[in-house]
Formats: sequence, structure tokens, C-alpha cells
Amino acid sequence: MDIQFTEEQELLRSSVQRLLRDQYDFDARRKIVATEEGFSRKHWTSFAELGLLAAPFSEDAGGLGGGLLSTMIVMQEFGRHLVVEPFMETVVLAGGLIENEGSPAQKGAFIPDLVSGKSIWALGWSEKGARYDVADVTTSARREGGGYVLNGEKTAVIGAPWAEFLIVSARTSGSRNDREGVSLFVVDRHAANLHLQSYKTIDGRRAAEVSLRDVHVGADRLLGREGEGVAALEACRDGAIAALCAEAVGAMAELNAATLEYSKTRKQFGATLGSFQVLQHRMVDMFIAHQEAISLMQHLNLSLAANGPGGSRLASGAKSKIGYAARFVADQAVQLHGGMGMSDELNIGHYFKRISAINIQFGDPAFHVLRYAQMDAAA
Amino acid sequence: MELALSPEDAAFRDDVRAFIAENYPPEMRVPNPETDLTKEQMLLWHRVLYQKGWIAPLWPKEHGGPGWSITRRFIFEQETSRAGTLPPLAFSVTMVGPVIYTFGNAEQKQKFLPRILSGEDWWCQGYSEPGSGSDLASVRTKAVRDGDYYIVNGHKTWTTLAQHADWIFCLVRTDASAKPQSGISFLLIDMKSPGVTVRPIITIDGSHEVNDVFLEDVRVPVANLIGEENKGWTYAKFLLGNERTSMAGIGRSTRYLARLKQIVKAEIPEGDPSHIEFIRDIARIELDVLALEATELRVVAQMARGIDPGPAASLFKIRGTEIFQNITELTHRAMGNYGLAIREHPVSANRFMPGPDYGHTASEKYLNSRKLSIYGGSNEIQRNIIAKAVLGL
Repeated sequence: MDIQFTEEQELLRSSVQRLLRDQYDFDARRKIVATEEGFSRKHWTSFAELGLLAAPFSEDAGGLGGGLLSTMIVMQEFGRHLVVEPFMETVVLAGGLIENEGSPAQKGAFIPDLVSGKSIWALGWSEKGARYDVADVTTSARREGGGYVLNGEKTAVIGAPWAEFLIVSARTSGSRNDREGVSLFVVDRHAANLHLQSYKTIDGRRAAEVSLRDVHVGADRLLGREGEGVAALEACRDGAIAALCAEAVGAMAELNAATLEYSKTRKQFGATLGSFQVLQHRMVDMFIAHQEAISLMQHLNLSLAANGPGGSRLASGAKSKIGYAARFVADQAVQLHGGMGMSDELNIGHYFKRISAINIQFGDPAFHVLRYAQMDAAA
Repeated sequence: MELALSPEDAAFRDDVRAFIAENYPPEMRVPNPETDLTKEQMLLWHRVLYQKGWIAPLWPKEHGGPGWSITRRFIFEQETSRAGTLPPLAFSVTMVGPVIYTFGNAEQKQKFLPRILSGEDWWCQGYSEPGSGSDLASVRTKAVRDGDYYIVNGHKTWTTLAQHADWIFCLVRTDASAKPQSGISFLLIDMKSPGVTVRPIITIDGSHEVNDVFLEDVRVPVANLIGEENKGWTYAKFLLGNERTSMAGIGRSTRYLARLKQIVKAEIPEGDPSHIEFIRDIARIELDVLALEATELRVVAQMARGIDPGPAASLFKIRGTEIFQNITELTHRAMGNYGLAIREHPVSANRFMPGPDYGHTASEKYLNSRKLSIYGGSNEIQRNIIAKAVLGL
């Protein structure tokens, strides 16, 4: 098993590579992260112009029909360059939910602006005390008049400060932790009574705690069927995991390349670091970790492309295995770079931080290995 | 776990415990004392210990030490660390002080030692250079003799808290033709000297602890040379032995483990399947701490009987740093999604941090503790030391 890319996919990859090489080196990224807003609308527009934001959507929905594999290709390159713009949040999470759950009217209303780069989206699924359980929802949506009234708190909503629209999960029936009764709503970020408390994340992004106090939305803002939001979120999470795994693989590639290069030039005790056998073996293990991660990433993407996302046991397996592998590579890359690995000026520490964040998003490796085991027991 | 103490030593322990409880400055109890305090705040506890005569446990009585036995020194270390007090600046009290009273001349002792004890002088360590980390013998900073002065040129890096320092002790090369170890001298340099520039290095946790120190045609009186010219390597090695003694960090690990238990209790419901995993991981780390503590107590007991501990310090450094890294990682993991957030530096109460207070430093501690296996001689170097000195490989 090794994915043979089509001509179109190769073209996508080389055009992303070219764009990022020209516009998104580490110095450019540093400047973007340091801006007041924390991301670059100019680059976002470039991504849209290149068709990256449209790539995975079906042609019917106004996309380029690239599916999961196009996201995998883009995310690997984004991982190499530590891209902070909210591709994951807007295209993979919100875009995926709208495409899979939305009515024709909703797709028509939201996807064109999303792929053209006009609207940025974020997904608020997690709540205080819920950890990584998408069904643990206490935010409520009460029917009133022709629509709904939302009340509650969403936590760690990545990209919310940048977004025009949020998708939030809220309970239309049932009680906390019930699989049934959770629904998804599209909310304007600037809606009355919606309040953000923003903060910076370890990987140079922005996130917010979102509070909703009697936020009114119309019935046309219900995304998917009422009460069936958990299944929708689980399918969304499978896609997100596939994308995050690709991003981690891209980051690992850069860490390994940089560490290998450094070990060939840096001298200690009159010899290059790479001449010490203990470090050679360490780097061999980093290489193996990366190779295994590539393989699992491809395996997962092919599996989801064939079977559709939702209820994927393999997604949890890959998230865990690749998470541990990436963490090992990042740990060792910092260690082998010595003090330089700790410095904010060098890119190595920033890959470490991004990998640490990837390992938190949608559940850490320990959470997912457990889920993987439990799904086997349940089968 | 406790040492078997004589009644006198047990009374001493009680005195130390009571003194800390009554005198540790409350202003120093901040979320992260290593990054959140001003220089003046950092010195508060130093001054209290100085007044009490307890500032330099390691020093002999004639130079201002309290004249404690090895056992009492260990008790003091244990109590202060269990109580979570910020240790007085190691570069001054633990590192350069003993070098000065062991190898310095009478004039140097008189000039520097009282000011180290009182906290008037803040010292930093000019060892590491770009391209010369764990391999200290490769220092390139040059000191060339010019009458009664050395002219020093070079670049020191990873210099901890140099932004506060009055003095820097430096390894400099005074004989370029000699073998690496034998052309090095130990020089004390006034940070106010013309030609000394400090540039902050921001680390991946966002904090400013370390610096580059540039030395450009700095004129240093020959009177500031410690011991003999070209013998600096001997003094440097003596000092490194002191640097590594307290690295087991049992008190710190014990405190952070207790906090981790509280966090897990609050954050992860018992019904959550990952709860038992956290409980098991914490227990494993607790056993690591127990084994290291038992090793430390065994070494202390041997030292009290006059037995040379050999490179035990390397063992403490390796295991102590690995354990603390595991604790900070697990703490970060316990915070779940809140682990995405990080405090901005300089720290301000006006900036919003999500989640409960006890998690606010989890990210920065997790990131910052990556340095532990790198600095003070990387853990790879420590393993080399044990391989060579203990195993004879």
C-alpha cells in the first residue's frame, strides 16, 4: 500500500509547496503570529485563489472534488510550514459539517463565501469538564417562536476570534452525556449576547471561551437533523483526525530533516554529533517513527475515503500512534538541538509546540488508544 | 521517607520547618516564582536567610557558613524544597562562592564573599558559548594580557538571569596553543564594564530567563583572575560538581505530584475511563520519586560516614530531570483542552486565561522543563560520565 497520486494531486501538492516556499518561510510566519490579529488575511486570500479552500468539496457544492486526499496533501505541507491560518477550522471542520449535514439552501448560502476566503469559521464543541467527549454537552437550545434560543459556555474554540461564523453544539433534548439530543447550530460570531474571551494558544494561534446568553437563531440555522449532532460531530472528528495526522507527518518530516542536518554540522568534543552512536540510533528511531506515521496516515485516509467518516476505530488508532510518534520525534529534535531547541528564535521549538497542540485537539494519544481498545471490545 | 535522625537533628528539622512557615515572604508565593518575580522580590527570601545566618549551608563557618553537618545540610535542603521556597541564587551562593573561598586569594575573599552572602551582588555564569554547550573545554572567548588587565572578547550564551547580574564568572581562553583543557582561566567580570552587552533570549515557554552576553574588548583587572592562569578547568570542574548535587529535586517533584493528584481529582471524573490511567501513571512516577529519594538518602548516609559519593550527582541529574519532565507532561495532559492556552509574558493579571487557576502554568511548565535534560551537562553527557567513571567502559 502506497498512495500513487494522480496528476491533479501532484499538481495540488507542488502548487501548495511553491506558495508556501515563496510566502511562508519561518520568518514570514513569525511576523504573522506577532500581528495584532494573529493571522494573515492576505495569505488566506492566496490560499483561496489557489483553490485550496475549495479543494476537498464536491463539485456540486462548488468545490474541486478533491475529497480527503486533497486535505491530506494540503495539511502535510501546512505542517511543514507551521501555517496558523484556520484551514482546519474553516474547511475541514465547518466545511465538512456543512457539506455532510447542511440542507441545499445552507450549502448554497455558506460554501461559496467559505471557499472564496470571505468567511472564516470555527467549531465550538467542547465544554468545561467534558474533556474529549463530544456528547458531554450542557449548552442548551430551547425552541422559541420560529427558532431557537441558545444558552451555555463553549471552551477552547480555536480560531473563534478570527471567525465570522461559529458552529456550536447545544442540547435540544436529553441530559448531559446522552448521545441523543445534541444539535448543531450556525451562529454569527457578532450575534447579540454572544461573548468571547480570547487568548493565545501554545502553538501561536488564538482561541476563545464562548459564552451564549439567550442567543437567538432562526430555524434555518439548525445544521443537520435535530438531536443527531453527536453522530455528525463524530464523523467530523474522524475527518479532523485524518487532517491532523497529515499535519503531524509534515511537521515530523521537517524536524527529522533539520535534526539530521544539524547533527552533521554541529561539533562537540571534536566530532560531529552524528558520529556518536547513541545519537545515530536515536535518529534512526526518529526516522522509523516518521515512516510508520506516513503509512498510518495513508491507511487512515484511504479507509475513510472508502468507508466514509463516522465511527472509525482506525481514526482513534492513528491519532494515538501518530501522536506518540510525533511527540517522540519532537522531544528528540529539541534534545538534539540542545539549548537552541529551547529558543523561540529557532523553528524547532515551534514544531514541538504545534505537535503538543495537535495531541490535545480532539483527544490526546492516551484517550484515543483507550477508545481504540474499547471499540474492539464492543465489536 | 525520612532519614533516621538523632533527637538533636530532629529538633533542628522542626526549627527549620517553623522558621520557613513564619518567615517565607508571602509576596514570593506567585503562580510561577521562576518567571513572575522581580529581582527585588527574588531577593526577599535570600535576605531573610542571610539575617538568620542560613544563607550558605555549604560554606565553612570561617567564611560565613552555619557550620552544619552533612546531615543537617540535607535536612535544610529537604525542608526548604518541600515547602516550595525559591532557592537563593545558585550562581552566587552555590557556585562562585565556593570557588572563591577555595581557590581565591585573601583580597578576593574579602571583596566578594560578604557581598554574595548579603545578596548585594548578583552573579551569573559565563560558561556556555554558541557551539560550546556540554563540551565546555571548547570555549573560545579570549582573554589577552595587557599590563594589569586582560582584554576579553567573546560571546557567552544561555546565561541565566544575566539581566539582573552585577558580576559574571567566566571561562576564558588564555593560551590558544595549549590542549583545550589546559589553556582556560577563571575570570570574574564586572557586568558594568564597558563592552559588556546583554541580549535576552526568549524560550519556547515565552519567558525571559536566559541571555546572550557579548564581551567586546572588555578590560578586566588581573586581580580578578581566580587562582592561576590556565588552571581554570580545575576550578570549573569543582564548580560543576556543586551544580549537580541538588538536581534530584525530590522536594519539588513531591510538591508537583501532590498538585497533579488534586488536578486529576478535580478535572477527571472517576467514571471517565482515563481516570484509572492517570492514577496508574501518577503511581509509577511516585515510585520513581521514592526510588530516587531512597538513593539520595543512601548517598547522604554514606557521605556522612565519609564515603565519596563518586558520580552519584550524574544519576540524580538524569533521574531527577526525567521525573520532573514526566510530571509536567502529565499535568499538562490532565488539563485537557485548557492545555492549549498559555500565559503571555510578561505576566499580567489583566490578560485572560481560561480554566481553573491551578492549570494556568501547566503549559509553560511543560514547555520550560524541556530544558532540564539539556542544561547543566546534557543527560547524554551524564550517562557518558557514569559509563566511564562507574562502569569503567
